Amino acid sequence: MLFTLAAAISILAVALICVFLFANGLPAMFQIGIPEFLLGTTWKPGSDMYGIFPMIVGSIYVTAGAILVGVPAGILTAIYLSRFAGSRVASVLRPGIELLAGIPSVVYGFFGLMVLVPFIRATMPGRGLSLLAASMLLGIMILPTVITVAKNALDAVPKSYYEGALALGATRERAVFRILVPAAFSGIMAAVVLGVGRAIGETMAVVMVAGNQPVMPNSIFEGVRTMTANIVMEMGYAADLHRGALIATGVVLFVFIMLISLLFSAIKKRGEER
Amino acid sequence: MTLKILRALVYVGAILTALVLAGIVGYILINGIPHLKPSLFEWTYTSENVSLMPALVDTILMALLALVLAVPTGVGAAIYLVEYARSTSRFVRVVRMTAETLQGIPSIIYGLFGLLFFTTMLGWGLSLMSGACTLAIMVLPVVMRTTEEALLAVPESYKQGGFALGAGRVRTIFRCVLPSALPGIVGGVLLALGRCVGEVAALLFTAGTVAQIPDFGGQGIFALFDSCRTLAVHMYVLASEGLHMDEAYATAVVLLILVVILNTGANFAAKRLKRGM
Repeated sequence: MLFTLAAAISILAVALICVFLFANGLPAMFQIGIPEFLLGTTWKPGSDMYGIFPMIVGSIYVTAGAILVGVPAGILTAIYLSRFAGSRVASVLRPGIELLAGIPSVVYGFFGLMVLVPFIRATMPGRGLSLLAASMLLGIMILPTVITVAKNALDAVPKSYYEGALALGATRERAVFRILVPAAFSGIMAAVVLGVGRAIGETMAVVMVAGNQPVMPNSIFEGVRTMTANIVMEMGYAADLHRGALIATGVVLFVFIMLISLLFSAIKKRGEER
Repeated sequence: MTLKILRALVYVGAILTALVLAGIVGYILINGIPHLKPSLFEWTYTSENVSLMPALVDTILMALLALVLAVPTGVGAAIYLVEYARSTSRFVRVVRMTAETLQGIPSIIYGLFGLLFFTTMLGWGLSLMSGACTLAIMVLPVVMRTTEEALLAVPESYKQGGFALGAGRVRTIFRCVLPSALPGIVGGVLLALGRCVGEVAALLFTAGTVAQIPDFGGQGIFALFDSCRTLAVHMYVLASEGLHMDEAYATAVVLLILVVILNTGANFAAKRLKRGM
């Protein structure tokens, strides 16, 4: 009986989170006007203008950048660990990747602030605090997620596929890239989607390197503000409608995350059906 | 030919990952270790010594409190899912779905919820208690999932043995199943602990940023409702103020060491679980 109750807690938690988020966010959204809120391009709490379109675009840009940086390196590393790595290299790299997963996001943010941002400022136009810095940092941060999930997918492909390919005279490379990777494709896609989820929800590291101007960026060297950054930067002092607008930003973020996790379970289901 | 290039790319990818890892860890250690001065570990924080000790103690208090709430719940829920529930029932499906949902929610959303519910509605203010409750919900799915995996890995024969000796269901679970799943559960708890230690976004608006240890001596249990900052929050404050970068590096080293210890512990536990089978 007690066990059932414990199991019900997670339902209760999700219900409470939804209720409180929506009950506090939706009224503000209606008061501002849904099109003005979602598509408005001016965020000026001082003059009661709450358009979060630049932040939505910012989150999408930063996430896309992180995918461009992190996914190729992640998948390639997963293939390496799954098929090419000698046992000694793997025994160093694998705990290393776990460590990478465990490093707190403030430490990543700090590293970005002290290394990436000055580097970008010195070598490229702009002030360093930019879309580019945030994308690179997030790309690094999603690496462990992408690597672990993609590697599990590759390892789950039945051995006979790989061995069959070798027996038919395929080279190791051909067996890996023509047989193994296509067979693990849905698992690898799941890895990418999980990476997207992590990137779009990341807060502290992005706040520290992205510059956070609430305007549409015109180039990758300009600053951006993501939805998460919008909340964390202003929640400390916001009141009334401003506060409501920030919570409503959280609602929009929440909806994005739900869509991503729906996509994730759809991909997983398709993979299981095969 | 293309395959050769692809293979070369695989190596480039792996080397890149290794370099990034070595770069980040090396950079933090090289810049941080020289600044690990004794004054950083003084009991009270002043703007002179920028001590991280109160934050370290707060981190431990916060994480313990969160785990005290999350571990029994998570383990209980996992026991229900594995040992009691029929996997086809609608309740089980909803539990699993919500646990997955919780796992995907970003920490800033937990922070917002904690602010709205614990801090404001329940009137706990910016406090150790609000922060710990927020963290507990956040790590609940981690504990649930790892415990579930550990329970599923226990051979069916252990349970049957327990039943055959005349033990009831509860006794079998606590005497036969849980002990052999223990390393896996411990691994999950350490993972959860790691998330608590590194969390900032969920704590900024629930636990606040006051750099002191709650005064349990003077206030007793009510000190739970004092505001406090954990080590990760401390580090964020230092980095965003920009006045004490040396101390921020040193704090990063301490955080990194904590994470390595927790990771190693979790791995060790996982290995024990495998060997125990």
